[in-house]
Amino acid sequence: MATAVIAARPQSLGFRYYIHVLRQEIRYEFLKMLRMRVFSLSVVGFPVMFYLLFGVANRHTEFARYLLASYSCFGMVGASLFGLGAGIAGERVQGWLELKQASPMPRLAYLVAKTVSCAGFAMLIVALLITIGLTLGGVTMSVAEGAKLIGITLAGAIPFASMGLLLALLMPANAAPGVINLIYLPMSFCSGLWMPLSMLPHWMQKIAPALPTYHYAQLALNIFGYARSGTGMLAHWEALLGFTCLMLGAAWLIFTRSEAKA
Amino acid sequence: MSASTLASGFHVEPLTVPFPAGSHAGSAIARLHSATKRYGQITALDRLTLNLYPGEVVALLGPNGAGKTTAVRLLLGLIAPTSGSVRVMGRDPRDASARTSIGAMLQVTRVPETLRVREHIDLFRSYYPNPLPAAVIVRIARLEDLENRFFGKLSGGQKQRVLFALALAGNPDLIFLDEPTVGMDIESRRGLWDQVRSLSAQGKTVLLTTHYLEEADMLASRVVVINKGKVMAEGTPAQIKHQVGGRRIRCITQLEESFLLTLPSVVSVKRDREAVIVTTSEAERVVREMLRNDITLYGLEISAPGLEDAFLALTGSDAPDSENTTH
Repeated sequence: MATAVIAARPQSLGFRYYIHVLRQEIRYEFLKMLRMRVFSLSVVGFPVMFYLLFGVANRHTEFARYLLASYSCFGMVGASLFGLGAGIAGERVQGWLELKQASPMPRLAYLVAKTVSCAGFAMLIVALLITIGLTLGGVTMSVAEGAKLIGITLAGAIPFASMGLLLALLMPANAAPGVINLIYLPMSFCSGLWMPLSMLPHWMQKIAPALPTYHYAQLALNIFGYARSGTGMLAHWEALLGFTCLMLGAAWLIFTRSEAKA
Repeated sequence: MSASTLASGFHVEPLTVPFPAGSHAGSAIARLHSATKRYGQITALDRLTLNLYPGEVVALLGPNGAGKTTAVRLLLGLIAPTSGSVRVMGRDPRDASARTSIGAMLQVTRVPETLRVREHIDLFRSYYPNPLPAAVIVRIARLEDLENRFFGKLSGGQKQRVLFALALAGNPDLIFLDEPTVGMDIESRRGLWDQVRSLSAQGKTVLLTTHYLEEADMLASRVVVINKGKVMAEGTPAQIKHQVGGRRIRCITQLEESFLLTLPSVVSVKRDREAVIVTTSEAERVVREMLRNDITLYGLEISAPGLEDAFLALTGSDAPDSENTTH
């Protein structure tokens, strides 16, 4: 059967096409998440509420400054794990992701849009925390410190979005929020995001360096001079980079395996 | 050809012959060639060959687990065949550029509900290099007045219409519709049928899976019946129905079944409550005999076998499935 097949009309998808898709995908992804109250209220609400409870209660103390940095990290990690982890897991099982994959949508646009949207939520969280800190918390800081805090918080989008992606591929969708909370909350606590590490039991202080959130928090805490002494900041950046590679590598392996099986 | 000739049953000339290599040489828009798909021990598709030609509306029919969804997923590049080849517009559909002229309406259990209809359409339009204008999409899918509605606030039929709109967003030449009218009321269903006919009239190719055999009968220029991953029959709805052969006489009569079976050209006699159903190739002659032998005979109906009868005969199953099992 040598049936010839109609050839596709020539389509070159240029740079402008990709930029346009990415812009649209980011815009609607953010809008979608923002309107999803379960997501936006909990992801933004929890760090803000915790800071109001524990930061403002310790106003005009070092503690209020410490928590400003650590809850910013906590917010970014939460937005990434729920936004990508639970988000992708849900869209996969509902068939929505498949419909998008049947379109020419570039796969990377989907992931980048989700990551950028989560970073957008983190920006919102940091802005709210800084406002609360400066007004109710009696925190003093320079503009440079504020800019550094925003920058370092945003840098966390990459490693924790990667972690969210890996979790999305591993978790059954209906268990996703539960599984994420079981990882996210203890991990944050053990890394000193809720209270300084020095106040935690000794064994927790020992395991903290094994957690990505620890290294992330150390970078943010360093802005205000609260990082643990003894380790250079470069080591923390390296740890986050290594963690990102590990997460993306594992996600890639699982994804290509499931593609081959599919 | 117009669908009305199909529906009225005057359709004699087959639009597509079962083995199209000769008559359609050089024109397939998409094809599965000897495609096999295995999931472990299970063979979902077994050396299936399927060609789609421009302007055709092909209905893929089959019982649960027949391989319909697997065939569609292969053609969309969502999965790769274990062996055999898949070509869409001369390319592998796993290549994103091959998908720029394909549209798909799949069974999606949940679409993001916090985006408006207009926003969903706007987003999907951006995926394609030459999309249809949003206003045209809205008009074709009959979504006027619903554009600003959140997806979550739509009824089942309206949601299906949005999915149909998304399938058309890129002005595709080849459209896959997987159970498109599920959850639609009769009016929406007929509206969608009209749109499918007009797409076909524009030279676009449509592959449809459905469990409404009436839908296949009304819309399809060609029906492909598959079962256990293989093609069981292929042809126009009329050809498929013809494979069952004969017509059915239903009436209430005192005549014995054994007598009816002796009448010329009677194939089978069945009881249906108080009535009897006689299948025969010469209905007029049999009816004449029956009326002569039983003057009390009443409730007479003569009908041609429907696609459903043909389907049951071909697949030996109860009914085509209403849901697609994906592996």
